[in-house]
Amino acid sequence: MENTIVKAENYNSYFGDNHVVKDVNISINKNEVIAVMGPSGCGKTTFLRGINRMHELIPNATSKGKILLDGENVYDMNAIYVRAKIGMVFQRPNPFPNLSIYENVIAGYLLNGIKVSKADKDIIVERSLTSAALWKEVKDSLHKKGTFLSGGQQQRLCIARAIAMQPELILFDEPTSALDPISTSSVEQLFHELKANYTLIIVTHNMQQAARVSDRTAFFYMGELVEFDDTKQMFTAPADQRTQNYITGRFS
Amino acid sequence: MEAKIGFRNTKSVIFKGIVVFFAFVITLPLIIVLIYIIKQGITQVNWHFLTNVPAPVGEKGGGILNALWGSFLMVMVAAVVAIPVGMMAGIYLSENPRTKLAYYSGLCVDILQGVPSIVVGIVVYFWIVKPLGTFSALSGSLALAIMMLPIVIRSTEQTLKLLPDSLKEAALSLGVPYHRVILKVIVPCGFAGILSGITLSIARVIGETAPLLFTAFGNPYLSSSLTKPMESLPHLIFTYATSPYDDWHNLAWGASFILLMFVLILNIVTKVITRKWKIQL
Repeated sequence: MENTIVKAENYNSYFGDNHVVKDVNISINKNEVIAVMGPSGCGKTTFLRGINRMHELIPNATSKGKILLDGENVYDMNAIYVRAKIGMVFQRPNPFPNLSIYENVIAGYLLNGIKVSKADKDIIVERSLTSAALWKEVKDSLHKKGTFLSGGQQQRLCIARAIAMQPELILFDEPTSALDPISTSSVEQLFHELKANYTLIIVTHNMQQAARVSDRTAFFYMGELVEFDDTKQMFTAPADQRTQNYITGRFS
Repeated sequence: MEAKIGFRNTKSVIFKGIVVFFAFVITLPLIIVLIYIIKQGITQVNWHFLTNVPAPVGEKGGGILNALWGSFLMVMVAAVVAIPVGMMAGIYLSENPRTKLAYYSGLCVDILQGVPSIVVGIVVYFWIVKPLGTFSALSGSLALAIMMLPIVIRSTEQTLKLLPDSLKEAALSLGVPYHRVILKVIVPCGFAGILSGITLSIARVIGETAPLLFTAFGNPYLSSSLTKPMESLPHLIFTYATSPYDDWHNLAWGASFILLMFVLILNIVTKVITRKWKIQL
């Protein structure tokens, strides 16, 4: 399908001998919000980190199979290039503590030594912060350290940092699990707005969040992709008994 | 029951008293040494003392410029050698803690830290001074650099190990290559810790006499040549304090005072750096 941005083909991940992600096949379309849910230890985060090749940074971690990004296998590409092309937001907000808010947004350029004119930098910073719904709150303190912001603001700063690199795809690894309810709702609100320009894959173990924000949901259990369907369909009439059990809270 | 609790409380108070007493006692040696040296040394120090070389026996006046300059020069050269080497090694140890190489080089660092400074001096003497046939400031610097290394390595390693992995992941996920992640994110974030290790290591070696005895040797004249013998503060104190002349004893007291001030200031600077520049994670 032409609209496909990410496609996994028989993808497997391992930590040493531990088979964590088993034979996953999935196809994700452009401008979709995909939620990946499942109980702890089901391999959802590992799968996510396989997409931008962060998984292999852990000692002993290996993977097999293909992840196609725009039809090209990321495991045939340079890992650094892959990671620059795909944005990622982590569980805990992790702005660079040695950089200001402004510098944090353009960190992808600064740290890679990409030369950008002052005017372009200003544009990138404003546009990214606006997209991350943070511009109004920080526009007067751009040169303060990013670590002075609240947790929710820091997380949106990290989103702005990812957006600034103009990725097509942004991966979120439980982005709200360290945030309070108000910050969580502001980040969730953001997902709806980002959908217009980006494809989002959000790992969450919060089912309500998956139901609220996503177009389609993937359910992982014991390393397998059990079910992948429209979110509404999945939450009302799941096809697989295991999904049914998870959604109804028979195990977690 | 009531009495029992009262007895316990008394025991607690006594225990606390003992702890406070010893915490105070350990400050005494420093205070006594400080007062004594300040008393003996401060009267010697004036502009003339800082800007002149020692006078020959029998002549009045004279200062310690040669030793001040020599110590400064040799410590600088030692730092230029030890800081990059130590930081690189420290980065390796913190980044790859589980490798065999890290285990053995970590072990070597610990052993090196325990090697008596005079042994370091002898080794440098046999390696550099003997083959070249002359005492030199450079060999002294090398001995000092070897003394500095373990402190720089360990402080770099410990500081960087404390930084969370999430920081590295943040940079890597932006497509930043590994060497830039280390140089632009990890090292700057741990800069305060590394810098305080560096100033501590300087404070540690600036007072070292033993490794300089048969490397830099000493020189009664002002010299900036790294290939010739050079005077240093601790060596000047050693030779002048063991001489039979009262003038020279006074010179040694003055030099002790200056050296002590250096070490004191460096230690205070270290404390300030760690407090002020510490990056809030």
